Amino acid sequence: MSGPSSYEPKTAFERWLDARLPILRFNAELMEYPTPKNLNYWWTFGGILAMCLGIQIVTGIILAMHYIPSGDGAFNSVQHIMRDVNYGWLIRYIHANGAAMFFLAVYIHIFRGIYYGSYKAPREVLWLIGATIYLVMVATAFFGYVLPWGQMSFWAAKVITNLFGAIPVIGPGLATWLWGGFTVDAPTLNRFYSLHYLLPFIIAGLVGLHIWALHVPGNNNPTGVNVKSQSDTVPFHPYYTVKDAFGASVFVILFAIFVFYMPEAMGHVDNNIPANPLATPAHIVPEWYLLPYYAILRAVPDKLLGVIAMATAIGCIFALPWLDTSRVRSMRYRPQAKIYFFIFIADCFLLGLCGAHEPDEPFIHGLTSFQLLDGDFTSYLWVSRIAAAYYFLYFLVITPILGLRETPLPAPESISTPVLSHPAAAPTGAVAAPEKKG
Amino acid sequence: MLRKLLALAGLFALVSVPAFGETTQAPLKEPSWSFSGPFGMYDQGQLQRGFKVYTEVCSQCHSLNLIQFHNLGDPGGPFYNAKYPNPNENPVVKAVAAGWARQVPDIDSDTGDAIHRPATTADVPTPPFPNEPAARASNGGALPPDMSLLVAAREGGPNYVYSLVTGYAPTPAGIKNPPPGKYYNPVFQGDLSSQWSGDPDKVPVGGFIGMPPPLTNCKVTFDDGTPCTVDQEAKDVAAFLTWASDPHMDQRKQTGAAVLIYLGLFSLLLYGSYRAIWKNVAH
Amino acid sequence: MAESVAGSSADHSPDPSRRDFIHIAAIAAAAGGVAAVAWPFIDQMNPSSDTLALSSIEYDVSKVPLGQQVTVLYRKQPLFVRHRTPAEIAKAVADDHADLRDPATDASRVKPGKSEWLILIGVCTHLGCTPTFGGGEWGGWFCPCHGSQYDTSGRIRKGPAPKNLAVPDYVFETGTKIKVG
Repeated sequence: MSGPSSYEPKTAFERWLDARLPILRFNAELMEYPTPKNLNYWWTFGGILAMCLGIQIVTGIILAMHYIPSGDGAFNSVQHIMRDVNYGWLIRYIHANGAAMFFLAVYIHIFRGIYYGSYKAPREVLWLIGATIYLVMVATAFFGYVLPWGQMSFWAAKVITNLFGAIPVIGPGLATWLWGGFTVDAPTLNRFYSLHYLLPFIIAGLVGLHIWALHVPGNNNPTGVNVKSQSDTVPFHPYYTVKDAFGASVFVILFAIFVFYMPEAMGHVDNNIPANPLATPAHIVPEWYLLPYYAILRAVPDKLLGVIAMATAIGCIFALPWLDTSRVRSMRYRPQAKIYFFIFIADCFLLGLCGAHEPDEPFIHGLTSFQLLDGDFTSYLWVSRIAAAYYFLYFLVITPILGLRETPLPAPESISTPVLSHPAAAPTGAVAAPEKKG
Repeated sequence: MLRKLLALAGLFALVSVPAFGETTQAPLKEPSWSFSGPFGMYDQGQLQRGFKVYTEVCSQCHSLNLIQFHNLGDPGGPFYNAKYPNPNENPVVKAVAAGWARQVPDIDSDTGDAIHRPATTADVPTPPFPNEPAARASNGGALPPDMSLLVAAREGGPNYVYSLVTGYAPTPAGIKNPPPGKYYNPVFQGDLSSQWSGDPDKVPVGGFIGMPPPLTNCKVTFDDGTPCTVDQEAKDVAAFLTWASDPHMDQRKQTGAAVLIYLGLFSLLLYGSYRAIWKNVAH
Repeated sequence: MAESVAGSSADHSPDPSRRDFIHIAAIAAAAGGVAAVAWPFIDQMNPSSDTLALSSIEYDVSKVPLGQQVTVLYRKQPLFVRHRTPAEIAKAVADDHADLRDPATDASRVKPGKSEWLILIGVCTHLGCTPTFGGGEWGGWFCPCHGSQYDTSGRIRKGPAPKNLAVPDYVFETGTKIKVG
């Protein structure tokens, strides 16, 4: 899978095991795996994501020891965890804030991939598996948010499952099938619980494939230039094990600040009210990491077209390797692409902001202007439409055209040739400084 | 450039933007609380006074179904005593439970008759009404919400509770047909535009709440001699209800301090390890 | 390339980084962190505080008629409160030095001056069934599952159970009120 290593079984036990299940050999291959030596900190997020998945699974399994997945018991069982279970508050806050941190990391990881062209040939399948992981993460997070059975849990479930009812012909039957009843109710909660427990293990399997698909062509790097020789790489261990550990440690500091000092900041106060099918909250909003899709959904006045727009938004991510026509991988050497990309990131934030507000709210407090079609032009509705338009433009128009039209900067010959920002302490040559000693 | 943009964007992501609607609310008062900030802790004396306000005033209509009496004796709680690490043995806690005016409905284990028995530390304070329809019938159709998570379920938390109970004001003159049995409160979210007969640009904020002003001066007298003003009673009950929503806050913040110190040091060690390993590699 | 570089650990000289203090310190800190994190994850499986609130009960033993037993729920298990007759007490004391599998005097299993009250956990020490009152040759208890027989002091006399019926921690708070646990 990862290429031959220098592993030689040293003891009789190792030889015995190596002949039956070469797991130590496999581990040695992973540790020695040649990794480009110029990876920057944006590359630590893969390891951070694996850590997040592990944290979510462990805390989730523990929560499942105490959670009661019934319409009557769910809310109070979560309170039982928060109040009575030893350290229950800690495990629950780690899990809830961990989901948000997981998405923060995955968005950074995706943005890194777009900027450095990591989705381009020969890494298209790696990218597709990653997009699939992201989609399954969204589903997992949606199911998980329903489980506390608070007001937001219930009404978010209602809104999203109602969207499926918009599909022509099969829609209403599909919605009933998903609900297990006439609306969101206890059967829905139970099946969401089952799926929420299942999907993370599907994600874990996909992550295995993701790493396999990565190791075949090898890592991309900030220059986008292929590895040409061994002097371009260092073994994954100890160079990147320590760098990933450091990156993860800093990430956990941010995580800990949320868990211990602002544990409900990313939540919604209404979710501390038990679900009430007769009382709709004033403003139904999903968690922050789904707000951009919510904005795109509400930007389109038609229910079915809104769902299609939302699905297309995620579809663009899948299609990216074939939308991009550039022959240069890394935006480091594509100054025009860089600008459009930064606007794209800002646009994602703007879409998120739009998702958090009601469409008829004025974008600037107190400012109203003229009525355009179904809404005031300076309301969040029209801002969402402009922001959504740029989102689709970026993938479907700008990306394909720019690759053909722009003049990229010259990319370096190899990883080792550019001016090194961190020269070796004991240089032994102008080019690659071999790293025999740590 | 990328870094600056992302830092700015990061700020955006962390700001929780409140969503506006058609309902309005007066700005909340923001008194200082002993428990605000990363190092803030509950003041046990205040929690005791707040519990007394709950017992003598609020519990007439509001339940507290998620707080069992023994929680009052947990670390950080109003009656925690280090001499009794098991709160079920704490004499104050046991007395509060046994002395709770509304006894617990139960079944006589010998005859099967419905009886009432004194509460134990494993019980919750018996709610004032047996079910929702009874609660609504006694309160003009309004349901007094359970208070166990009230502070967590309202924007502004303790500031909201404090501002609400001290914020009652006379009904503005231009309101036509004020609803009977309800009370104007500018802090209570509401939309009065349809009932307002005055200048449409000056609709009063707030709405009509089913709860009459609950507090008066010295409605509750405090055992520690603290002056029993409405303001003090409101502050103390808001603090107590904050504890009810978040009883482990003290432990959470203390653990957080230890964790962050550890992580800071650990990150430094890892960084040192990283630099040592990469010392001789040009990258 | 002449230099042996990444990937060939075969001719890496013994890595001095392994001996660097900073690496030892980092690994030690990591191990300490893991241990500190592990504790909450283990402790959460210990009984939660609402379970512990039910860990002691009070009972008025005067409710139990002479010669009979009341079974009360204690820590979600049966608790036998038996009001023994003088004959039952005498029989129990007489066997104090008989050949007992789990030797114990009757006096050690009751409170001084209150030997008419026998308070026992009603769980057979064999495999956990609830023994029935009054059965067996000794008139104590009989376990229907595998035939263990206990005497009027709750001591195992016959059958597969290894130990006597357990006596819980309890005190007489007043003349007739016991607090168990």
